[in-house]
Amino acid sequence: MQQEPESLMIKLQEQIDALQAKVSTLENSRKDQLSIAIVSGDLDKIMAAMIISLAAATMDTKVKLFFSFWALSALRSKNVRGKGKNFISRMFGVMLPRGKNRLKLSKMNMAGAGPLMIKHLMKKQGVLCIDQMFKDAGELGIEIVVCEMSMNLMGFKKEEMMDYPHLSYAGAVTFVCDANESSMQLFI
Amino acid sequence: MTTEELNKLHIAKLVDARGTACPGPLLEAKKAIGSIKPGDIMEILSADEGTKVDVPKWCTKQGHEYLGTIDENGYFKIYMKKK
Repeated sequence: MQQEPESLMIKLQEQIDALQAKVSTLENSRKDQLSIAIVSGDLDKIMAAMIISLAAATMDTKVKLFFSFWALSALRSKNVRGKGKNFISRMFGVMLPRGKNRLKLSKMNMAGAGPLMIKHLMKKQGVLCIDQMFKDAGELGIEIVVCEMSMNLMGFKKEEMMDYPHLSYAGAVTFVCDANESSMQLFI
Repeated sequence: MTTEELNKLHIAKLVDARGTACPGPLLEAKKAIGSIKPGDIMEILSADEGTKVDVPKWCTKQGHEYLGTIDENGYFKIYMKKK
């Protein structure tokens, strides 16, 4: 049976619309964007995450870092003490490194001698120091998202978090949405 | 490009990144590229072996033209043209 040309056109238009919707979903899922879920709070792993992020940002790749759990120690400021904490939160606060300059190494920490040696070597060989990495990251527009749930779990307060120009607070869904549209996703 | 051709180029901007390791040279290159015009040539000095491989890839991604590298004693001179 021959179809009416008009109904055929409508059918074609519907198919084109459906395809267009599919293509735009595909395109948005391959954005030039890097999402990293950073969970580790070791100096070496935070550095790895920052170096990869900086390399991506120099190539104008959008970078979104999701800091969670132990990694939150890296974002604490050295001097600010959170107020209104209960006993367990205070214990966490005391036990965990206060900021990116007090992080431990995952291997060869040697009661703090390891990080000192690594920092000495980095300086000698012209590797950016961790403070400079965060400063450059801020200038390049790298976004840091703090996992609010783990921040509360560890008893950290917002006022304890370092000054960073693109810092926001969100939940796991934000990471999943960001990661979904990124062409690169890493977990450190 | 051959070494002689590279040496004859008119350099609009020189970035001396010999004091920094990966990804320092690329960060400095990125900061510097904003200060030159399209078609201008930038020379990057780096003592970091990785940069020699990284700059051509950066150029390909950003659309700049990678011109070549001269291997000096202990460092590299890398040339590129801004798009």
